[in-house]
Amino acid sequence: MTVTQTDERAVQSQNDVVLIRQIVREWAREVGFGLVDQTKIITAASELARNAVLHGGGGVVRLESLEKGAPGGPVRRGLRLTFEDEGPGIPDVEQALTDGYTSGGGMGLGLGGSRRLVNEFEIQSTVGEGTRIIVTRWK
Amino acid sequence: MDRIPILRMGPYLLVTVQVDMHDRLAMALQDDLTTQIDRTGASGVLIDISSLDMVDSFIGRMLSDIAAMGRVLDAETVVVGMRPAVAITLVELGLSLEGIRTALNVERGMEILRAGTDAARDADREFVDRDRDAD
Repeated sequence: MTVTQTDERAVQSQNDVVLIRQIVREWAREVGFGLVDQTKIITAASELARNAVLHGGGGVVRLESLEKGAPGGPVRRGLRLTFEDEGPGIPDVEQALTDGYTSGGGMGLGLGGSRRLVNEFEIQSTVGEGTRIIVTRWK
Repeated sequence: MDRIPILRMGPYLLVTVQVDMHDRLAMALQDDLTTQIDRTGASGVLIDISSLDMVDSFIGRMLSDIAAMGRVLDAETVVVGMRPAVAITLVELGLSLEGIRTALNVERGMEILRAGTDAARDADREFVDRDRDAD
């Protein structure tokens, strides 16, 4: 798997959440996602960016365009988003991924919902140190 | 701060969301609509989201809340113009948009609101007729 393009953006405010939706839209189009796939990755990005602002005290998102495939074979393209914050962390990740669990202000669909909208979902969280969530969607 | 304009059309309020809303703007719309329903005595609210290319859990909850608050104030809310990709994503996200009437476009949405108003008027008339018969 190779990373063909990468960029990093701050996720500090509500306006950043809107901005990230727009950037992810551009990247998803560039990767060649269809409309439904675009909408899914944009929505997941919106949920995760909001989480980083509200619960993580702000952070950064790294965007990566990916390509994978056997040499000489068909190339599969994808988009990977890594959200990192140095906030309080998530004490119980399993609980946080449960639908309906909310620590306030949402419908409790942020994490679990985002996981359903992507092909790969990885979460690392340490209480007192922060949270890193990596999501990938393949075309 | 920006505001999303609310238009009045007879007994209905009409909102067309044409910008990518940040959360504060969504909350402001909720407040403004509730205030306007109360002030105008509107019987219906039509929210056109055909320009939105995504609805996440926050915007979804805002729409549900507007519908719930509207009901309390005796106004029906219809959300129109949701794009198919947005609908598919909402279902996968797990949002059910409880208590929200949806319609494909503004015309259909208006039909739903008018039907609701007609039904209410018929019920009133029946009530008055019954009263008269009782006299």
